[in-house]
Amino acid sequence: MKYLDEFRDPELAGRLFAEIERITTRPADRPWAIMEVCGGQTHSIIRNGIDQLLPEGIELIHGPGCPVCVTPLGVIDKALEIASRPEVIFCSFGDMLRVPGSHRDLFRVRSEGGDVRVVYSPLDALDLAEDNPDRQVVFFAIGFETTAPANAMAVHQAAQRGIDNFSVLVSHVLVPPAIEAIASSPTSRVDGFLAAGHVCSVMGTNQYDPLVEEWSVPIVVTGFEPLDVLEGIRRVVAQLEEGRSELENAYPRVVSAAGNVAAQAMVEDVFEVCDRQWRGIGEIPVSGWRLSQRYREFDAEVRFDVIRIDSPESELCRSGEVLQGLIKPNQCEAFGTTCNPRNPLGATMVSSEGACAAYYQYRRLDGQAVSVG
Amino acid sequence: MCLAVPGKIIDIRDERGTRMATIDFDGISKDICLAYLPDIEVGDYAIVHVGFAISKIDEASARETLAMFRDLGILEEELGQETAEGIEAQEGAAS
Repeated sequence: MKYLDEFRDPELAGRLFAEIERITTRPADRPWAIMEVCGGQTHSIIRNGIDQLLPEGIELIHGPGCPVCVTPLGVIDKALEIASRPEVIFCSFGDMLRVPGSHRDLFRVRSEGGDVRVVYSPLDALDLAEDNPDRQVVFFAIGFETTAPANAMAVHQAAQRGIDNFSVLVSHVLVPPAIEAIASSPTSRVDGFLAAGHVCSVMGTNQYDPLVEEWSVPIVVTGFEPLDVLEGIRRVVAQLEEGRSELENAYPRVVSAAGNVAAQAMVEDVFEVCDRQWRGIGEIPVSGWRLSQRYREFDAEVRFDVIRIDSPESELCRSGEVLQGLIKPNQCEAFGTTCNPRNPLGATMVSSEGACAAYYQYRRLDGQAVSVG
Repeated sequence: MCLAVPGKIIDIRDERGTRMATIDFDGISKDICLAYLPDIEVGDYAIVHVGFAISKIDEASARETLAMFRDLGILEEELGQETAEGIEAQEGAAS
């Protein structure tokens, strides 16, 4: 496939690895710590064994950029409560169905008779609402800035088409405040960031200028194919070695400085910025979007009166430390034993973009790859 | 779920006032929304996420990036050779 195969070329990957090796001067005991923010990049890195092929002077830290993983337990419990109602058709992206709530997950709700459906696009949920006027159709609107324009469009069209049996349970999160929370944390070891290319394709790279300036940290906007990830790493290392901290775009075929202006306008109309809880991390100020006042009638939390549901997280699950890059998944006592994809303690073991699930799938059980691919 | 993949626009149509398209993902076709890429045309490639085209892929930029990867290391190889030759030449002169 065009734009995929060329960016997976092993010979060019070899050149990038060699170049990274050539410019890296740090020793193994004091490596450059580079965080890939996006779970899609984590998956690409582990799947392709990129972290194991890099010089020892580079350590990759897996960041909190998996929307499924950071959706707070309280929101999952709200979803479970709403999905259990007989009048509701509950629609979600597939990843969310196995994320454990306090007592069960959406699959369990479905096996108990709840009408839970997986949709490809939020517009599919809207069509379901139109086709089922006697039911309440609720869409679980989670995601980063990449997903928000799609979810915003569904709400906007519901208003435009007068589909009043449609509502959304919103738990949107934003990348820049998360980077800021990590960069400003006294326990952070991160020397540079790979910013998430598809988030930036919507929001533009301009958003990241203030972060680079305030925290003097290199940020390189990076794509998802192996060569893209290697180029992002190469540019961060080059900056660190030369003592620079700049914003660079290593994914220019997809990302521009201004981003997708039409998508931003729709998001601005439908959503407003709010404080947001991140699972395992806690509250990050102004790090989320909720429905704006104009569209509040489509808020499922209000419609089904679940605003007060709040739930404490499992004490066994160390996903918060994983999401902040403080530990690797296989350093958690529960990893691969009491916690596995069939019986996950936390969301990082569920989503294909979760660091724990990626480590489990590619057999990083004890820090060594047993077999890859 | 943040997966966003490239596809090729096969046809474009209007559905209830919204710009929609059929897109080909290497043999699998899907209906997607083009509301956020008002200028994209049939034959162009786009990054698609949850049924929405979010970014047109810039062909020229993709070619430039790949050319840069191909050139990586070549300069160092040449400079390295020159330096080695220079050292040899110096050594030759000294002996």
